[in-house]
Amino acid sequence: MKTSEKHVKEPLFHITKRADISILKSILIYAVAVVAALVICALVIISVTKYNPIEVYKEMIKGNFETKRKFFNLLQDTAMLLCISLAVTPAFKMKFWNLGAEGQVLVGGLASAACMFYFKSDIPSWALILLMLVTSILCGIIWGVLPAVFKAIWNTNESLFTLMMNYVAIQLISYFIAVWVPTGSQVLGVLNQKTKFGWLPDLFGQKYLLNIIIVLTLTVIVFIYMRFSKQGYEISVVGESENTARYVGINVKKVIIRTMIISGAICGIAGFLLVSGASHSIHKGLAGGMGFTAIMVAWLSKFNPGVMVFVSMFLMFLQHGASSIATKFNLDKSVSDILIGIIIFCIIGSDFFINYKINKRAKAKEVTQ
Amino acid sequence: MKKILCLVLALAMLLSFAACGGDNNANGDSATTPQVSVSEIKVGLICLHDENSTYDNNFIQALKEVKANLGLNDDQVLIKTNVGEDNACYEAAAELADAGCNIVFADSFGHETYMIQAAEEFPEVQFCHATGTKSKTQGLSNYHNAFASIYEGRYLAGVAAGMKLNEMITEGKITAEQAVIGYVGAFDYAEVVSGMTSFFLGARSICETATMKVIYTNSWFDIAKEKEAALRLINSGCALISQHADSEGAPKACEEKGVPNIAYNISTISMGPNTALISSKIDWSVYFKLAILAVAKGEAFATDYCGTMKEGAVKLTELNDKVAAAGTQEKIDEIKAKLESGEIKVFDTKTFTVNGAELTEYLADVIDEGDFKPETNAIENGEFAESSKRSAPYFDIKYIDGISNL
Repeated sequence: MKTSEKHVKEPLFHITKRADISILKSILIYAVAVVAALVICALVIISVTKYNPIEVYKEMIKGNFETKRKFFNLLQDTAMLLCISLAVTPAFKMKFWNLGAEGQVLVGGLASAACMFYFKSDIPSWALILLMLVTSILCGIIWGVLPAVFKAIWNTNESLFTLMMNYVAIQLISYFIAVWVPTGSQVLGVLNQKTKFGWLPDLFGQKYLLNIIIVLTLTVIVFIYMRFSKQGYEISVVGESENTARYVGINVKKVIIRTMIISGAICGIAGFLLVSGASHSIHKGLAGGMGFTAIMVAWLSKFNPGVMVFVSMFLMFLQHGASSIATKFNLDKSVSDILIGIIIFCIIGSDFFINYKINKRAKAKEVTQ
Repeated sequence: MKKILCLVLALAMLLSFAACGGDNNANGDSATTPQVSVSEIKVGLICLHDENSTYDNNFIQALKEVKANLGLNDDQVLIKTNVGEDNACYEAAAELADAGCNIVFADSFGHETYMIQAAEEFPEVQFCHATGTKSKTQGLSNYHNAFASIYEGRYLAGVAAGMKLNEMITEGKITAEQAVIGYVGAFDYAEVVSGMTSFFLGARSICETATMKVIYTNSWFDIAKEKEAALRLINSGCALISQHADSEGAPKACEEKGVPNIAYNISTISMGPNTALISSKIDWSVYFKLAILAVAKGEAFATDYCGTMKEGAVKLTELNDKVAAAGTQEKIDEIKAKLESGEIKVFDTKTFTVNGAELTEYLADVIDEGDFKPETNAIENGEFAESSKRSAPYFDIKYIDGISNL
């Protein structure tokens, strides 16, 4: 479009980047987004299902808090998503696009399941659990560090590399299940069901309490590591500018590899917790896409582990609530997926208003034209 | 002092009696549960997929039928769909138990170990798993397996296929050698192999030159894969298609190509009005009703149940006259009567060979210890005694002569 100098016309709206925003204001923007999302969802619910949206939202809350089991399931899934979010945080802070958390979790889980499958009850349960933890961490590290080494030495594209490692992990699981389950519908089923060897113990009668405590401890460690340690600082410098990092004498290659070791190791722990502390089995959907959701959690939380607790809990709250709606109102699962989609869209969209400001054309200027 | 001692001893004896009683009940049939009236009973169902899957739909419709039949209200029947064969199944079962269900059903083979886990945790709730194999080795009184002699239904569906093939031969559409059946199977284990073989034996009992080609999709529900498999079979010259996979993929492919199709679980006439011939199915309402009423009465019911055609647990759906050969219904009725009287046996060892030889002994993995090792001879009185030693099928001879992998 041509604009002659004479007719320079200021548009009705223009967008500027916000220099800074108060916490109160950003919370307010998020709150508006959530309300808007709930209103849009209500419209969808009414038009598609003819149910009362208030009843539907009530069911959503019930789906998370109605019973102790539901509440602990919410906490368990939150813990797992949080754990993976913690894992991807150092990498993303370094601007290393680790899209391979899913695969790193899966190989970690596979290692745990393999220990359970091969050792059965041949060694004491505590030794088996320890072995599972160590092999899971190692496998997670291998899956994470391979792309990092290639990036550090040959500057390969880490997004593609990590992404493809996911598929390798999925195929590996298919392969091992085919080996372990020679007939049947390729479902491994619960391992060591009778002996419960390699199962993380219940705490106070709760299956998932130990998982939750482990992840909360990890959260604190990662927070301290990122905020107060020299290595954490190095990560953020490399993330801001590799040249600056080099200039101040940071060994960038070393930082990349070291950080991905940490990232992979935490993913390995997540895989271990999913197998030893929850499903006691392995299948291709063990991570359930959390490796990707975790990226969203990390970015939405601006890499702050404390905020991540709430963001991951919120996402899991939505997921559990949605599946509860689907059961209660006999809806297709797709309807609840649509609702989740609307809510997440609004929240991510509201980020725009936190980072940018929309300015309306001033009236006075109009007069001068 | 003596009095107290006596009391304590008496109490101890009473308790030990109670313990013995419990032990006696642990094997075989389930322990009796406290009675609940039908108006208070709560029933849960866990499905791998939803109504879009013919297999799950068959369960859902059956439960709805029983619900109407017994006058249960909406709050008494809880159905959880799209529950994976993983920890989600245990969580779903536990949630249903929490919600007050007295009996919980699950429909997919891979749900089994998770149902067992729930059964261990909730001894007062009955857990029933369709197609499973482990109830005999678990020794849990509240964990049940169920299946039906579907091989009889498959055989009858095969008879309808044989009639159709014969008609195509006499009409000159195909030669006798071209009477090839295509079969889309989900996984190559006993449940699928048994159904496939009985279907083929039924077809060959009518059309002697019939042969069969199989493709496995390695998935229970995959519209694209099932459709592609059916198309590949049709392109390789198959004159008729049947399937043991749960989507509309194969019936739709058949409708596109104008090839007759014989389905499983539900009637597919709406998916392929010009090609869907007939379906065989398990009518789960028979088992649902039996189990629910047993729980309501506080009675024990079998930990391993196999429904039969006589009871109405195995059925054929409506015959599509537009597609079926003339005289099909009469032939089906005739063979059905003979199956019920025992005059015809589906897996009669005289009617098939394996590698050119008749079977005189075959070890099947009937007792599922999780070791995949066959231990039980299944050949008895000149037949492969399917589903008599355990409800879930164990005929796993992948290819009898006449059936081959494409």
